[in-house]
Amino acid sequence: MATTDQEVNELIKREYEHGFVTDIESDTFEPGLNEDVIARLSGIKKEPEWMLEWRLKAYRRWLDMEEPDWAHVGYPKVDYDSISYYSAPKRKEDMPQSLDEVDPELLKTYEKLGIPLHEREKLAGVAVDAVFDSVSVATTFKEPLAKAGVIFCSISEAIRDYPELVQKYLGTVVPHGDNFFAGLNSAVFSDGTFVYVPKGVRCPMELSTYFRINAANTGQFERTLIIADEGSYVSYLEGCTAPMRDENQLHAAVVELVALDDAQIKYSTVQNWYPGDEEGKGGIFNFVTKRGAAIGKNSKISWTQVETGSAVTWKYPSCVLRGENSVGEFYSVALTNNYQQADTGTKMIHLGKNTSSTIISKGISAGKSSNAYRGLVKFGPGAEGARNFTQCDSLLIGDRCGAHTFPYIESKNKSAIVEHEATTSKVSDEQMFLCRQRGIEPEQAVSMIVNGFCKEVFKELPMEFAVEAGKLLEVSLEGSVG
Amino acid sequence: MLSIKNLHASVEGKEILKGINLEIKAGEVHAIMGPNGSGKSTLSQVLAGNDAFEVTGGEVTLNGENLLELETEERAREGIFLAFQYPVEIPGVSNLQFLRTAVNAMRQHKGQGEMNAAEFMKLAKEISKQVDLDPAFLKRGVNEGFSGGEKKRNEIMQALLLQPKLAILDETDSGLDIDALKVVSDGVNALRAEDRAILMVTHYQRLLNHIVPDYVHVLAGGKIIKSGGRELALELEERGYGWLGIKDEDTADSSAN
Repeated sequence: MATTDQEVNELIKREYEHGFVTDIESDTFEPGLNEDVIARLSGIKKEPEWMLEWRLKAYRRWLDMEEPDWAHVGYPKVDYDSISYYSAPKRKEDMPQSLDEVDPELLKTYEKLGIPLHEREKLAGVAVDAVFDSVSVATTFKEPLAKAGVIFCSISEAIRDYPELVQKYLGTVVPHGDNFFAGLNSAVFSDGTFVYVPKGVRCPMELSTYFRINAANTGQFERTLIIADEGSYVSYLEGCTAPMRDENQLHAAVVELVALDDAQIKYSTVQNWYPGDEEGKGGIFNFVTKRGAAIGKNSKISWTQVETGSAVTWKYPSCVLRGENSVGEFYSVALTNNYQQADTGTKMIHLGKNTSSTIISKGISAGKSSNAYRGLVKFGPGAEGARNFTQCDSLLIGDRCGAHTFPYIESKNKSAIVEHEATTSKVSDEQMFLCRQRGIEPEQAVSMIVNGFCKEVFKELPMEFAVEAGKLLEVSLEGSVG
Repeated sequence: MLSIKNLHASVEGKEILKGINLEIKAGEVHAIMGPNGSGKSTLSQVLAGNDAFEVTGGEVTLNGENLLELETEERAREGIFLAFQYPVEIPGVSNLQFLRTAVNAMRQHKGQGEMNAAEFMKLAKEISKQVDLDPAFLKRGVNEGFSGGEKKRNEIMQALLLQPKLAILDETDSGLDIDALKVVSDGVNALRAEDRAILMVTHYQRLLNHIVPDYVHVLAGGKIIKSGGRELALELEERGYGWLGIKDEDTADSSAN
């Protein structure tokens, strides 16, 4: 009915909160990409020779690759020569030694985003690595973590300080040639987070990275590598925001997770990149490859994502379940509004015996947006007794948006069991009428109904993030009654 | 309290209510009876402000205020409560959260502070017992997987929580067995108060054995064709609607209940 739709539309029109620009002097590369640019980037980061070689190899491979066009999204092709591949706030030393040396403007920026980095105001129980454009500007709680034996630092530091670990695992989960964006990332990645949790250690606090894109016309190429050694446990969160700009900006990240025997990695994302304006102008292109390798016996990798931002999202956090009895999980809420487009989902690759995976995907489409779930469940010949459960629910708000589901199932093992459930529903006029008849504002009603729809996923998020995610959903839905 | 004058309303261009006149005073209980399709449910929906129905003429005032100008949620906050015939499910939203949101919306309107979760839980538990609902229902999704009787009891529980000025009960007895009917009726009787009016819409007179009305009106073809006291309902039970010159199923809104 018209009324509900109008209401929803009005609800969805809320301003993006994190759209400010930090006025800070930066060293930014001229736009364009070639081997010299990569060498210069590697030089600035004081990388060892092997790293540069690795990048160049990726670059040469990338030159022969083609940008994928199979996703259910449409966008103007990116001109890779018009992007700057490195931008960093100016500073005296190469790396801040302590927070006192971090530019106060940067600290203010993170404070404004609700991520205080100062020692005394730090988020209780959450260690943060703050990545600003192409560099990590600060990492909190390093010492207490080091006491537990946990390495938590920027990937640039890790390449210098822990080369054997990086060399052993970098690119093993997402190789150069995996896909176009992963190839590009491998060549030009600038910063990201490195985590190593040693044998038998339960990481004493939540680890997190907050990604901020600030500079115009730059791409952000984050690279994150998390290794959980035998019997260890780590929970990691990432958050992302960017200023409001009329041009699209590219964020092409690669995240690799490695879980050894009996190890567990829980990876949560609250993605709130600038989604573009009401007319679909501007916003981040979020072309991301995230994959975890559960190589150890009884290991477990769990992805939880709340995707509310970005103009275009192309993202499939996946699990390769190689270890016997290993477990993969994917819990996702993807909300699109206005002209946002999302093609997101997961791949669960079952290789080991008795591996199991769960996929719970909740897509919410409002405005004129398009929201697709794309998921692959694959059983290799050795995946004896493996099983998957998939549940894919779509919720439509208004009648001008679209929801699509593309499930793929491939099985080379007869004993594998796969279950797939899918539903599509609307925020109904009857539900709205019931809420309003009880005195509840239409805006609050929509947000309550949508939150209820997402409940199964939200309960997987760490507590602080669950509240945040609920609020974010509310903001992202503003003006959506329509 | 409620004054309805020459109310006309239609749905999808089809006129259902064709000039309703009704006065309800505080403390009174009115029953509207009538065959299927006579416009009973339409009347309840129109009073509550369902946008699916268009008011094409007449006026409705609540304590002198023009009700028709108010949005659904504003009417609710002014004290109009509708117990739905078929309460809809809201998956994943707990009954407790839903009820607390509603109660706090009302409280805010009255300039009262919000009730915190603990206070509300205590109140909700007490009232759920009053309608014989296990407090475990509070944690379940709104109407999610509830039986017909549980849904109806949940509606009455909401009325008891929200303490409306005018409670409209739309076929609250339908689909209830004798025991459930008793529980629901006790709940409704607990709602009876000097400063509150109750409007019951029902097809059958059996509900009126439990909740005794002060007035009974017969609605047919979108108009009130006869009004009387309690005895009118008994007469209808005995003689059916035929003696009033109307047939069951004779008009429009069976799709709109």
